[in-house]
Amino acid sequence: MSELSVASVAAGRGSLAMQADSLCKDYRLGHGQVLHAVRDVSFSLYRGAVVALVGESGSGKSTVAKLLAGQEHPTSGTICLDGEPVDLRSRRSFRRYKSEVQMVFQDPFASLNPVHTVRHHLDRPVRLHQHARSRADVTAEVSDLLERVHLMPAEQYLGKYPHELSGGQRQRVSFARALAARPTVLLADEPVSMLDVSIRLEMLALLDELRRDFRLALLYITHDIASARYFADEVLVMYAGEIVERGPAEELTQQPAHPYTQLLVASAPDPDNLGSTLRAGAKHNVRPGAGAAAHGCPFSPRCPFADDRCRAEDPELQRVSDTRAAACWHLDAAAASRSGVATAGRESEV
Amino acid sequence: MTAEPVLDIRDFSVVYRTPGSDVRAVHEVNLALHAGEIVGLVGESGSGKSTLAYGACRLLRAPAVITSGSVTYRGRRAASPTDILRMRPDDLRRLRWREIAIVFQSAMNALNPVLNVRDQILDAIDAHLRMPRQQALDKVSSLLELVGIPAARLRSYPHELSGGMRQRVMIAMALAADPEVVIMDEPTTALDVVVQRDILAQIVELKERLGFSILFITHDLSLLLELADRIAVMYAGQLMEVGAAGQIQHAPAHPYTRGLLHSFPSLHGRRRDLAGIPGTPPDLRRALAGCPFLPRCGYGTQACTGVDMKLGPVITSADPWHATACPFVQPETDDLVPRAPAGAEERQEVTGA
Repeated sequence: MSELSVASVAAGRGSLAMQADSLCKDYRLGHGQVLHAVRDVSFSLYRGAVVALVGESGSGKSTVAKLLAGQEHPTSGTICLDGEPVDLRSRRSFRRYKSEVQMVFQDPFASLNPVHTVRHHLDRPVRLHQHARSRADVTAEVSDLLERVHLMPAEQYLGKYPHELSGGQRQRVSFARALAARPTVLLADEPVSMLDVSIRLEMLALLDELRRDFRLALLYITHDIASARYFADEVLVMYAGEIVERGPAEELTQQPAHPYTQLLVASAPDPDNLGSTLRAGAKHNVRPGAGAAAHGCPFSPRCPFADDRCRAEDPELQRVSDTRAAACWHLDAAAASRSGVATAGRESEV
Repeated sequence: MTAEPVLDIRDFSVVYRTPGSDVRAVHEVNLALHAGEIVGLVGESGSGKSTLAYGACRLLRAPAVITSGSVTYRGRRAASPTDILRMRPDDLRRLRWREIAIVFQSAMNALNPVLNVRDQILDAIDAHLRMPRQQALDKVSSLLELVGIPAARLRSYPHELSGGMRQRVMIAMALAADPEVVIMDEPTTALDVVVQRDILAQIVELKERLGFSILFITHDLSLLLELADRIAVMYAGQLMEVGAAGQIQHAPAHPYTRGLLHSFPSLHGRRRDLAGIPGTPPDLRRALAGCPFLPRCGYGTQACTGVDMKLGPVITSADPWHATACPFVQPETDDLVPRAPAGAEERQEVTGA
């Protein structure tokens, strides 16, 4: 798959920061069963660009983040940072890797330690990763970090405990904590999905600002493809551990090529979309209890275009355009149905 | 809308008693649900939407106290309109589930993990409807068939079912006694969008077939715009705006509604400018003077601190029932783009501490 000649739109933003090449992660379930959580996933992150990894729960998107963060070791495949293959076996190289690659977690209520103050959460990474010597240097750095995430005046927040902060403020502290290591790569795993609707956008805007200011290579992991449209440069759609489609955010969401992406886009609640199909009680194809198929294309049990070939052979990513690819044997049929669905949708609107 | 509502909530207030002060969770809310209607109740976490719905069924426990109001139920099977808040306990027991059923959030936790699906629904039937064993068993099968769960899964335990299936079981249980009103509290929040859409479509289909009314609670306004007939927008325990879904979408009156509409990225249509709403909701432990949205509102003036939060009609609206709590901003004010409050540049989130 690595020889596939599809360029990433994110490459236009900056230099290559991180590269995942044919990553696989298997989990043994016992009784000889193996769960292929991540299958042959390749992509690149570039400085100053946002790549979104979109998929439903269980699609393997968080496992990819864990692999990149060094929390899990890939079954096969390599991760390169600044062109060098990553080896995390020694403690020193792990520490060095961690100061380059940081992660922000979904739940700001669980990711901060309730018995420690904001200052403690930021002091430690500053000391560990930046080797700041004097107490004054550390304090100045911590205050600067808090101002970067708009927690101002910083002195007001330094002594606070997590329970004294709102959800949005806690997530700001976890952004600051990730930045304390001065990373080049930031992995954000559903960073706003636990927050209230009215403050999500503000947090995404902040993340975007930080990306610009620190020239971060950002991996934005989400189940919300609509936010990826607005926030990301490139979107990767995952299904059952595989990337089934990739391309520029606007293009991919407006003209999804893969049947799964089409289903995802059609399912997202959106008043501009229909209002009609829900009230009419229209239903998609029934989701099988088993989920992904063990052989062939993992989406084939749910796919309206599936035939014998799909059930036997798993398609690799096929080139759609210079910057887009999709893993499907029936891209032509899917493209035809997309325009069909679009017209049908318009007609049924009242 | 001419007939009398099935469920009529009036001047309803709930406080949470805490040492020192009361938290005004729900304050003087008026909301009506008509037969066959889907009313969406939308608000952020802590806005009081669940407290309102559970309070109306008297499902709240201390320290919650209902301090005012009435909840009138007029069902087809009820002889005369009754006030739920003044019902005797045994009448209340008969009302719940049979007349008003609730589908709770997170089906994962609402089902008993050590009982299989069939026994769980049988339990509910035994508790609320008296019927012979065989008839009850048939009822369970037909209920599960209704929500699209194959008969083979009857003896499955909750952990053997997917999240979507568990939520379907919850819906089947709620419908066991053919209720007139179904309250759904974020029934699809924990589910993937594809599954969510299937379940919502199923809910609408069942509603059409069985003729119940739905009070649908969610934080997701975009979902309600597709699903609901009417939408009530709640903020800091009070209703900000009520109107037909189309009016809320195309001619929102209240600044908070406008803010919410510009808070979620849309997948279809042209890219809009997204603003979100700066700041955080107020601390309900403190007494609020006037409009609770004022600190986050771009239209705020001095007069807002003294405004009476009663809903008033939106005169220019196509929907005669469209009402807003803001007397100053009307749908034709501006071009519906939310304004940022003055000084938003150096905004801060003020905490209760």
